[in-house]
Amino acid sequence: MMGLDHAMPLIFLGLMGLAMLIYVVLDGYDLGVGLLMLGASDAHKDRMVASIGPFWDANETWLVLGVGTLLIAFPKAQGLILNALYLPVCLMLLGLILRGVAFDFRVKVDAQWKPLWNRAFMAGSLLAALAQGWMLGRYITGLQSGWAFDLFAAAIALALAAAYALLGAGWLLMKTEGALQRLALARAKQAWPAVVLGLALISVATPWVSPTVRERWFQMPGLIALMPIPLMCGLALLVLRAQLNSSRVLGKLCWLPFALTVAVMVLGFFGVAYSLYPYVMVDRMTAWEAAAAPASLRFILVGCAISVPVILAYTAFAYRVFWGKAGELHYG
Amino acid sequence: MDALMLARMQFAANISFHILFPTITIALGWVLLFMRWRWLRSGQAHWLTAYRFWTKVFALSFALGVVSGITMSFQFGTNWPGFMERAGNIAGPLLGYEVLTAFFLEAGFLGVMLFGHGRVSERVHLWATFLVAFGTTLSAFWILSLNSWMQTPQGHEIINGEFHALSWWAVIFNPSLPYRLTHKLLASGLTVAFFLAGVSAWQLLKGRVQAHTVPVLRLGLGLAAVLIPLQILVGDLHGLNTLKHQPAKIAAMEGVWQTERGAPLLLFAVPNEAERRNDYALGIPKLASLILTHEAEGEIRGLDEFRGAHPPVAPLFYGFRLMVGLGMLMLVFSWGGLWLLRRRGALGLPRPWLWGLALMSFSGWGATLAGWYVTEIGRQPFIVYGLLRTAEVASTTPASTIAASLAGYLSLYLALLLAYVAVVKRLAEQPAAEYGGAALAGPALNAGSRA
Repeated sequence: MMGLDHAMPLIFLGLMGLAMLIYVVLDGYDLGVGLLMLGASDAHKDRMVASIGPFWDANETWLVLGVGTLLIAFPKAQGLILNALYLPVCLMLLGLILRGVAFDFRVKVDAQWKPLWNRAFMAGSLLAALAQGWMLGRYITGLQSGWAFDLFAAAIALALAAAYALLGAGWLLMKTEGALQRLALARAKQAWPAVVLGLALISVATPWVSPTVRERWFQMPGLIALMPIPLMCGLALLVLRAQLNSSRVLGKLCWLPFALTVAVMVLGFFGVAYSLYPYVMVDRMTAWEAAAAPASLRFILVGCAISVPVILAYTAFAYRVFWGKAGELHYG
Repeated sequence: MDALMLARMQFAANISFHILFPTITIALGWVLLFMRWRWLRSGQAHWLTAYRFWTKVFALSFALGVVSGITMSFQFGTNWPGFMERAGNIAGPLLGYEVLTAFFLEAGFLGVMLFGHGRVSERVHLWATFLVAFGTTLSAFWILSLNSWMQTPQGHEIINGEFHALSWWAVIFNPSLPYRLTHKLLASGLTVAFFLAGVSAWQLLKGRVQAHTVPVLRLGLGLAAVLIPLQILVGDLHGLNTLKHQPAKIAAMEGVWQTERGAPLLLFAVPNEAERRNDYALGIPKLASLILTHEAEGEIRGLDEFRGAHPPVAPLFYGFRLMVGLGMLMLVFSWGGLWLLRRRGALGLPRPWLWGLALMSFSGWGATLAGWYVTEIGRQPFIVYGLLRTAEVASTTPASTIAASLAGYLSLYLALLLAYVAVVKRLAEQPAAEYGGAALAGPALNAGSRA
């Protein structure tokens, strides 16, 4: 069992990363749709919400699993991390609360209040996206303080919001038709440069801030082995941009921009994960130093091994049920 | 005010807001399953309109529960970092199992349950509804398991100040879990029962009677009439269990300052913490001893035996009386309501009685919060009873930061609560056609309202 006990913190580090990645992709697209409602017509707003209505709740649950894994597996790191991020966490939660309840309130209140709840929906989505980007920026630079780090975090906040908008636009290309689909295409083109800029910024800033990260990336022969990550990421971004100019993404290839954006996010995630591994807090605390007792991790690992595949299966089922273009949502 | 008190207030504000909505969704999920099943079995259209109406309430309640629940998961870390550092080996896996087995389950099938009509068969839809209801109940099990362990900890050892599990079975099925879980599930059932009856009474009062109004009124009152005697029984057993494991909590609930035999049941008093006695006490002789020890001369240990380690008395003393008082009102209204319904019919119910029921719509919330405060404040000054003090695990976040975020949360919660009640009222007063009540010949897959 010694081997397993030693590997367990890494397994949970992987699980936490996986939950966060799935969260960023899944809630990313529905937060992104919320951002894209800014400036959309009322009819479009209804259809946009309908496209994410059956999914958002389960999407957000991955955030609970992510932060839950932090609490469960790395109790010695969670206090430090959440304390340093206290305010952005509060702002994100306020945003998620506003947006989550607006899903229901906007269609159940008197018509005169609907615009107010639409605004709450958009403001909540924006607040949550920016706060998450801010936290990401602070986290990958090791939660250090200083104006340069704040500036970097602010840039990442905007970049993550742009990435969510791009995901959201990709989602709408798949789930809608007509004028709304064309609107999504236009928005995708606007979001693309900000995403490229954000990724470039992360790639430059993390090795600059941390010697550990610098050594890891810029040492031969590791550099060659790692090159596929940034190269594939760049390629995916270029193909995505080219595809956005073709009309096929309004028809047969409507799934492609979304898939490419997901690929970019997955590759970006692997890049960041490689930089930070095996730290829970870069240069400060490793997975082993932060981990909970092996007996507790073993107990929860059993639960994970059984339930995560089941969760993935019924998540797939739910997506299959609502496959295809989004119509109006009805309670039957 | 110090950071500890603010952190407690913030956590209390959030958990109080949160608990309102699971208290509704746990039992309402099962009620929806029942309504849908009744409609499929009997073909009576009013069960379908009832299902559709209450699905809206369910969806709204669920959304409020989810967002405040996500907030909770972060506040464990932001408000009580020391708790997870010291007790994380126990609390972590229990919370983890809640997320993995329950939270995902309910969230995963909610979309299919709410919007899946016409996309899946009735059978699959009924299964989705079942899984959502089952998920909410399972969620309550895990959360209450952790909460009960914090009240009656066992199955662990403490090494260097950190808790380690020795037996997961003993941790999960700790001595107060069966009572607390049953008490909470019954509370959820009663909350929903009076919610159903209260909203139906409101529809009768406002002349907005729909096909389902009277059956739902009857369902609510019948459910309440069955559950309230059970709740009184389970509450009594829960009290005996608490007396055994947390005598200081009971002493505070009953306002017993010195150990005494033949303690009276105080109907009213003003606990005086400074003088350590009760002012203006009015009680029934020997009844507290009789209830708690089942002997007229039974001994109840007083607060003086727990100096420095007992909770503040006033909130427990009043909170307990509020909960019991609401429970007694529930008994009167459910049995009296059924009796009147049988004698005079739904349309002949006296208006004051309907007003009373309408006012009782959220009585379950009041009783639940009062009871929850009794049990949680009653655990103080410990976070893990007898073993770990709350003050030891609080966050080092500056008081001003906590105060600012607390103000933010409080105003948001207040606004959301008002909006919630306003929306339920609006839904109740809507004419039936607005939610597909008019044309109900068949499954009417597309006749539902927009959501």
